[in-house]
Amino acid sequence: MEYYLSLFIRSIFIDNMALAFFLGMCTFLAISKKIQAALGLGIAVIVVLTITVPVNNLIYNYLLADGALAWAGYPDIDLSFLGLLSYIGVIAAIVQIMEMFLDKFVPALYNALGVFLPLITVNCAILGASLFMVERDYGFAESVVFGAGSGVGWALAIVALAGIREKLKYSDVPEGLRGLGITFITVGLMSLGFMSFGGIDL
Amino acid sequence: MASTKEVLVSPIFANNPIALQVLGICSALAVTSSMTVALVMSIALTVVTAFSNLFVAMIRNHIPSSIRIIVQMTVIASLVIVVDQVLKAFAYEISKQLSVFVGLIITNCIVLGRAEAFAMKNPPGLSFLDGIGNGLGYSVVLLAVGFVRELFGAGKLFGIEILPLVTEGGWYNPNGLLLLPPSAFFLIGIFIWVLRSVKPAQVEEPEYSIAKHTVAKEGV
Repeated sequence: MEYYLSLFIRSIFIDNMALAFFLGMCTFLAISKKIQAALGLGIAVIVVLTITVPVNNLIYNYLLADGALAWAGYPDIDLSFLGLLSYIGVIAAIVQIMEMFLDKFVPALYNALGVFLPLITVNCAILGASLFMVERDYGFAESVVFGAGSGVGWALAIVALAGIREKLKYSDVPEGLRGLGITFITVGLMSLGFMSFGGIDL
Repeated sequence: MASTKEVLVSPIFANNPIALQVLGICSALAVTSSMTVALVMSIALTVVTAFSNLFVAMIRNHIPSSIRIIVQMTVIASLVIVVDQVLKAFAYEISKQLSVFVGLIITNCIVLGRAEAFAMKNPPGLSFLDGIGNGLGYSVVLLAVGFVRELFGAGKLFGIEILPLVTEGGWYNPNGLLLLPPSAFFLIGIFIWVLRSVKPAQVEEPEYSIAKHTVAKEGV
């Protein structure tokens, strides 16, 4: 139990998807002008990550990995080169299914998430988490915890950045630095802050 | 219709994919701590963008618009698998350093963005050039950031010693911060600042501007 808790904390703070691995930067910079929107996107990312990482874990372990097809009578087949194509397919399909499901059964959440759901397919944080899961050889339970933790970490970072940017728009920034430039430098400072978690050994 | 040369050259500075279109930033930040890795990543991305543009443009009239994203994704993912396998076969060390970032070319917004915005509307030859142009624009930023980070952070370029380090009996005291993630953000921020100072047309309009100083009127 303690192991999973420390994996969770580690994926939120130390290995933060946005600030330590630069994943999901495009949406991170584009949708962080308002806290409200950032929060909606953050929640959507948490939900999608918590579902897709374990699903991709099952697909990798039972279909793609070296010798994974032993249960079907083909112990010599290694399909791991198909990994990238399968993961992105799974992510696109799950996002689509979730969109239909939410539209039908939880319209309130569907309206709140709005345009962000389809955007998530091309968010590198989602694919990145699946690839990290494969690279680090996580088991099923670990992948659930890792998916949820990475999602929470990403959401935390984007909401914090949106908060800073809401205040920042009242300040007098040098001309060439306005907008994108100053946002990069702000994110750099945040990332520097998050580096201080790096020394924690869990 | 834009001229061929313009399609190839304009993305490098005038319409840079990273600095102006805000596309493909994730990998730009992550792989720039050494020049070799940045160079390999640039080549990989340029190849994928060029060929995905070419193939998408070739089949653009046969793709039903409702499933176009999935078709583009499949084309891109297949190309990335090819690049990934080639790297694993011929440059295994570097492919280990790039780790997940080769795979992440799939979700690199430059590739999908150009396929969607340019290749769907233009003939294959022109789209291929647009892909190369955007790939070069990306490479310029990547190599510039990689240059600063490796030279001042480790005193090396492409792994060859340029500034002899203090720890090895030289005179240069390396700035370790440049090898850490935050420095990539600062450097790209500064790169954008320089680019926009040179080309003021790219400066963003502020949402609020501070009122001019008003001089208090003398008592009349």
